[in-house]
Amino acid sequence: MEKQEILRIENLKTYFNTDDGMVKAVDGVSFILNRGETLGIVGESGCGKSVMNLSVMRLIPSPPGKIMDGDVFFHGKSVLSMSEDALRELRGNKISMIFQDPMTSLNPFLRISTQLVETLCLHQGLSRSEAREKAVQMLRLVGIPTPEKRIAAYPHQFSGGMRQRVMIAMALSCNPEILIADEPTTALDVTIQAQILEIIKDLTVKLKTAVILITHDLGVVSGMCNKICVMYAGRIVERASTDDVFRNSKHPYTRGLIRSVPRLDKTTRERLYSIPGTPPSLINIPECCPFHPRCEHAMDVCRVKYPDETDFGNEHKACCWLYGDSNRTG
Amino acid sequence: METQIVLDNDILLDVRNLKVHFPIEEGVLLRKVVGTIRAVDGIDFEIRKGETLGLVGESGCGKSTTARAIAQLYEPTAGEIYLEGKDLCKLNREDLLKARMHMQMIFQDPYASLNPRMTIGDTIAEPLEIYRGRGFLQVSSSDIRKRVEDLLEKVGLSRYFVNRFPHEFSGGQKQRIGIARALALNPKLILADEPVSALDVSIQSQILNLLHDLQEEFGLTYLFIAHDLAVIRHISTRVAVMYLGVIVEIAESAELYRDPLHPYTRALLSAVPIPDPQVERTRKRIILEGDVPSPDRERHGCYFYDRCSQKMDVCQTNIPHLAQVKPDHRVACFLYFNP
Repeated sequence: MEKQEILRIENLKTYFNTDDGMVKAVDGVSFILNRGETLGIVGESGCGKSVMNLSVMRLIPSPPGKIMDGDVFFHGKSVLSMSEDALRELRGNKISMIFQDPMTSLNPFLRISTQLVETLCLHQGLSRSEAREKAVQMLRLVGIPTPEKRIAAYPHQFSGGMRQRVMIAMALSCNPEILIADEPTTALDVTIQAQILEIIKDLTVKLKTAVILITHDLGVVSGMCNKICVMYAGRIVERASTDDVFRNSKHPYTRGLIRSVPRLDKTTRERLYSIPGTPPSLINIPECCPFHPRCEHAMDVCRVKYPDETDFGNEHKACCWLYGDSNRTG
Repeated sequence: METQIVLDNDILLDVRNLKVHFPIEEGVLLRKVVGTIRAVDGIDFEIRKGETLGLVGESGCGKSTTARAIAQLYEPTAGEIYLEGKDLCKLNREDLLKARMHMQMIFQDPYASLNPRMTIGDTIAEPLEIYRGRGFLQVSSSDIRKRVEDLLEKVGLSRYFVNRFPHEFSGGQKQRIGIARALALNPKLILADEPVSALDVSIQSQILNLLHDLQEEFGLTYLFIAHDLAVIRHISTRVAVMYLGVIVEIAESAELYRDPLHPYTRALLSAVPIPDPQVERTRKRIILEGDVPSPDRERHGCYFYDRCSQKMDVCQTNIPHLAQVKPDHRVACFLYFNP
């Protein structure tokens, strides 16, 4: 199948100006999302995964945040230089988002129907009755029983899992080309997580939506994604197909992360592998590999210069001095 | 009055038919009870010396309430809790304080469980100071200070941190401080309520290793509560699965994961994503229908009846109680025995 690029991010840098100094939340991130792909973005808290995705939609509050450099292209058009009108057309209609906490992302004062119908009227230009019909149809699609009745309910009358379903229904109701799911199941129980992931997988295949799935859970990405970007301290340190990340990872951070997760299908009551130390503060981070204080392979060069990306073929790339020298660029 | 019972020497904690019900109240001036939340609805289990019992289940199934009832932070509605043969529910205040010395808690949220206005040194010393103040411990202030510094090093922090405040530490470090505080009184039993759930993956493994090392060094016994089945598998010697306030299955850890018997345990295990794309592609998932029902009514049948894919007529009218079906493997399900 021909790969059709829909989103390209080039050298994106989002910084926040704080009293303590400049926080480089996203520091030079580039990736490409093709039609129908599911891209996983994995990283620990504070590595910049959410800020990156908010930057894509230009939702970074400014001040204190500022996109310093780089650009985001949606079908070749720069999102960062779009007018407000074009941006409104993009948000919700072409790219939509689901957030971690389904309670805070629905308006508690409005019925589900009001919120869904509003979205559809605004973006799709449907009449209210058409929109309501479509809304019921979407709720049925995400597995809400008796949607004709439930559509008139308020958010507090739904459980966490049901609310997340409503969010998915709302996000997919305008047939977006890209769905950005920011930790969509982190607040949910495992059995409900399994239901929600199943729905996202089914519907995005059915509606041919590309997905960016942001999570800290390696298990979730391994079942859902075609390719994965691993982020650390505001940068993508490794990117590859899901199989390559798990079978053949190159970056010491990726390896450490995979090894430090306890596995359900393996019995070991021994010590777990663990990466020493803690993630660095992103304030005034020096021009070095930010992982070097925790890395068992750290060399002199790691302390002074950030490595370029090394290409291992098959779209597998990693930023580490173990593989690159200063002559080679990825 | 102390109740003594004859016990197997290996058993540190014995919980029998524990029930914790919370009243639902309504009305502004004249508050009246309109119902009860059956958070824990009759559970039996025991913890042997030196083992780790993993308690696993989804939110609202009563895991934390169980731990808090054991620590006597909630007064149980019914049941007995024997710590080394003494029924904690029947002890007077003085004896309870003495018994509690042997039993300490570690909490989920390391940010909320430390007092932001107290230095780390004071926080860790507080349990020692309390027991010294009541005359249970004969120690000097310099002993306490020395003990606090030793504890800090035991949990992997520097002894020079004693005068710092909680906000100066990261989540993982705060959790280490919480662990140091729990160890201060040299307890036998640690009730760990989701101690790693709020932490990042790379920090989580550090804390799990620390708990493992401390167990070996001090011969600790853990009641380890988590919702992450992989973490539970890693740390536990035995595992109890809770659903809607009851234990549906309890078994030796490897046995439970090899051969889960209860339909809920099976669904739960199959729902956990495994960080391995090849395994994920071939796995068959049992997707449970619906949500966990509210625990606000008395049940006369199996607690899992509403969501079970293998329910039978008998399950609706009879409550299955835990029964031994294999060595060290008990399950509450009529698929394996008749009512």
